[in-house]
Amino acid sequence: MRAIEFRDVAFSYGEGGFRIPKLNFSAEEGEFVAILGHNGSGKSTLARLANRLLEPDSGEIRVFDTVLDEKNVYDVRRRVGVVFQNPDNQTVASIVEDDVAFGAENVGLPREEIGRRIDFALAAVDMSEYRHAMISRLSGGQKQRVAIAGVLALKPDIMILDESTAMLDPRGRKEICDVVDRLNREEKITVILITHFMEEALLADRAVVMNRGEIVMEGTPSEIFSRHEELLTYNLALPRIGEISQRLREGGMSVSDTLDIEKLAEEIAACVS
Amino acid sequence: MKEVAFGQYYPVDSFVHRLDPRFKLFFLVAFIAAIFVATNFYGLLVCAGVLVFVILFSRIPAGKVLRAVRGVLFLALFATLIHVFFYAGETVYWSYGIICISREGLISSAFLILRLALLVVCSSMLTYTTTPVALTDGIEAIFHVHVIARIMSIALRMIPSLMEETERVKNAQKARGADFESGNLFKRVKAFVPILIPLLLSAFRIAEDLGDAMESRCYVGGKKRTKYKKLCFSWRDLLGMVVACALVAGVVLLRIYVGATL
Amino acid sequence: MRIVAEHLSYTYNAGSPFAVKALDDVSLTIEEGEFFGIIGHTGSGKSTFVQHLNGLIRVPSSLKRHRAKKPKKGEVLPPAPVLRVGDFDLTEKKTDFRALRRHVGMVFQYPEYQLFAETVAADVAFGLKNFAEKGQKPGKEALDAAVRDALEAVGLDYREYAEKSPFDLSGGQKRRVAIAGVIVTKPEVLVLDEPAAGLDPLGKREIMQLLHELHSTWCKTVVIVSHDMDEIAENCSRVAVFSGGHVRDYMPPKELFRNAEELVGLGLDIPLTAKLVLALKRRGIEIDCDYTTEDFIRKTLAFKGGNA
Repeated sequence: MRAIEFRDVAFSYGEGGFRIPKLNFSAEEGEFVAILGHNGSGKSTLARLANRLLEPDSGEIRVFDTVLDEKNVYDVRRRVGVVFQNPDNQTVASIVEDDVAFGAENVGLPREEIGRRIDFALAAVDMSEYRHAMISRLSGGQKQRVAIAGVLALKPDIMILDESTAMLDPRGRKEICDVVDRLNREEKITVILITHFMEEALLADRAVVMNRGEIVMEGTPSEIFSRHEELLTYNLALPRIGEISQRLREGGMSVSDTLDIEKLAEEIAACVS
Repeated sequence: MKEVAFGQYYPVDSFVHRLDPRFKLFFLVAFIAAIFVATNFYGLLVCAGVLVFVILFSRIPAGKVLRAVRGVLFLALFATLIHVFFYAGETVYWSYGIICISREGLISSAFLILRLALLVVCSSMLTYTTTPVALTDGIEAIFHVHVIARIMSIALRMIPSLMEETERVKNAQKARGADFESGNLFKRVKAFVPILIPLLLSAFRIAEDLGDAMESRCYVGGKKRTKYKKLCFSWRDLLGMVVACALVAGVVLLRIYVGATL
Repeated sequence: MRIVAEHLSYTYNAGSPFAVKALDDVSLTIEEGEFFGIIGHTGSGKSTFVQHLNGLIRVPSSLKRHRAKKPKKGEVLPPAPVLRVGDFDLTEKKTDFRALRRHVGMVFQYPEYQLFAETVAADVAFGLKNFAEKGQKPGKEALDAAVRDALEAVGLDYREYAEKSPFDLSGGQKRRVAIAGVIVTKPEVLVLDEPAAGLDPLGKREIMQLLHELHSTWCKTVVIVSHDMDEIAENCSRVAVFSGGHVRDYMPPKELFRNAEELVGLGLDIPLTAKLVLALKRRGIEIDCDYTTEDFIRKTLAFKGGNA
């Protein structure tokens, strides 16, 4: 079943501003989709349209069977959770458990249920031991995990990460990727990961590339990354490993366009011995 | 890592931390009433004594508490100087033109400083020992105004972010040769423009981000929500209530039987 | 300007329960003309260290007093801290820190957030005006010329951008303007804290290219703090590894990444080339490269020929 679908969606930030002319995009239930694109390609607008922080000018957006309109905003936001970019600007409370509770309180869940949701959400992001910690004293990666927990407490079907790793160090990025990957596999949450770290897209089942508000490429991550020239025209680069295997091929070594380090090493070894 | 800023929750577990925020708000009001009812030094001494106990039971280091006073030191000194020089007292020690220093002026300035210090310390004790969320819940429970309570708690929550941002921008402009320490008043005020503008833009950015994050988590201002942390009155609050009432009563009695210092 | 640091220590919130030791006996020398890299986790002390270099963080005076103090019998005093940038002694209170800052440019993380002026030109000129000697305000022509040079150096056309509002530019352009605002005083040393953070892949590449151009034309010494090991391996002459307030090592990337296992043990990332070299080593193939993509490819292809 389709978890989310954009049908001929058009949007613009006023005259002369950024414009999405016509967007068609969908994600299946349980799928992990990566959205790639350079800064200003419209990736974040897509995230904001998906839970109606922004309203499309025309076209329709469906979440499962529901067509988004102003009346069901509230229900849709329960089902579509968004984690944003800046780890410092998306927590409402000072203490971890208070922040995780925020969304669950907003939708009016009973106290005991909120308690259970906090247990579940913090365990899912591996932050249970920080339940009573001050958020301002956590690392960037930990803050983002709290933000994910806050979204999880609403038990969403779809989670969108809008460049949530962009401001983290490599360790924080890895923490987030691990958590998201696990949520997708174990909790069967549909994940839409918006990023410009090409390596992160390798986790996904499917990758799409956006440029000027349109989807211009689509396929499995390795399919996308095998179309090197095309990526460059959209101001994107290959993940470094793709670049290296390509250079080796140009130098006459018969290696595939694999994006796996061990596999590439294996192939090089086979060539030289 | 930055220090806990003025007005920020100080995370330790103590008797005072566990008090009900509604009671703490009540206590603050009672305390403020007491320091203004007190017209002699004995009354203020009683207030100070109670406050010392509050601080001891909160397990917040004394240095931290004093830092709260340092924040308003400039204001206090300014007010005091005006008071000392322009108070029209009878027992004049020294005078020049309209300026005169009198016994009454000195006493009343001492009062002013004491009151101000007690006020600042007591209110910062409230924010040191109460999380913004608890404070919001408390205010909301008493006044039934959710939006104002929410605004307050977010303002408190934003203080560390904005302080960090200020530090960053200040350093960045200093690295470009900006000078905030020399020159006349006009020059110094002007020197802050390169800090204020980026800071203002940051504040807008933070507000926008936070708004998005809150709305995404189904927040609608004014809509009924449930609470994870239930406020509940316990024996601690009862005990505190007794102390607060005794304090006000004591100060009133002192006022009646000892009379005003001035 | 040569940068010499010896026995540098720094603690935030000293004496409070939140005291954090950010630097612990750091000794490090950066030679003039280097493209120097600093790596380490968030909180390893690297940002604290670079902020020492232009006096934004001062060497605590309590440490300096040791110099004057005579040790009691049998007592070993910790060695006195030393911090020199060129001829500036940064442990000395009387040092003219403003003059120092003119020579040591500092680009902070996300520098675009410090832009404030109405026009790009005015923002770039800010530092220049600040550093001008008292009573010797530079003339309008001199100012304009310097601003023009700085803007062109970061790849922005003066005529097109000078009169624009910096807030109307794209993220990448804003960052260039911010860098122009630092190099406009022609600092000899340029320090950058994660210059490529938050940019998309192409933006990253362009910024690194820009830094190389600046290194060869404008600033003799460039020091970058980075999390991106590939970036470090490709660009730096030497690298210092910060960990828990200490400097573990500083050496050329070629030697550093030869002990890649040790870095992995510290929880640090290693460049992709180093990962591949390790994976090949496990398969009995030794590639001895300097860990740039260029060299790795050349050596690997040459190995096929059997003479590496």
